[in-house]
Amino acid sequence: MKISVQREDFDAGAEMRALSRDSSVGAVASFVGVVREVPMSLEHYAGMTEREIAKIVEEAGSRWSVMDATVIHRYGDLRPTDQIVLVVVASAHRGDAFAACEFIMDYLKTRAPFWKKEHRPEGARWVEARASDDEAAERWESAAKKAV
Amino acid sequence: MKIRILFFASLRESLGTGAEELELPAGVSTVAGLRAHLKARGGAYEKAFADRSLVRIAVNQEMVSLANPIKHGDEVAFFPPVTGG
Repeated sequence: MKISVQREDFDAGAEMRALSRDSSVGAVASFVGVVREVPMSLEHYAGMTEREIAKIVEEAGSRWSVMDATVIHRYGDLRPTDQIVLVVVASAHRGDAFAACEFIMDYLKTRAPFWKKEHRPEGARWVEARASDDEAAERWESAAKKAV
Repeated sequence: MKIRILFFASLRESLGTGAEELELPAGVSTVAGLRAHLKARGGAYEKAFADRSLVRIAVNQEMVSLANPIKHGDEVAFFPPVTGG
């Protein structure tokens, strides 16, 4: 497992190749989040952020067959088209890789202590948490309950 | 009993500080008690802690509920709902 919270940009292709070197890996799913339209700065709670992401990845590993995973999340000042976040999951088969990747991303949005501040022409404002993000994470909870 | 308090994002800005050391007042032994103590400072604190749904709390970097106890040396963080990803 690789978790990095960093100012610097990342190379998604290199991170994906790094997770496909094991010959038992048959599927590598990835997600890249990109800054849309408005410049922003990202603040985080150093230490807790890495711990929360690790917990999310471990939980994904308890639900699906995950062979390895990489999560990189940037902080600091970002402009439109900049990459913000990368999730890569390696599995034997695509079903596990797709599901675990989406699960990690959904939980990251509701649990990892990051805060976005948008810098609009009319002034700066903190982004408010969205109910749709909570709902995206909650559907995994109800999926788990159904499975039990 | 001394603790370290952290504030993040909009809370940090509205309170004008990101961190403080606090000698826990007598009778404050839980997160709920600490929150009430901070809110009672009035002004920006009263405003920042007015809406319970807008403040999340972590003790020693773990999310906790209001009933969570606080002990000497703890790091208690207050912050708004997260918006990463």
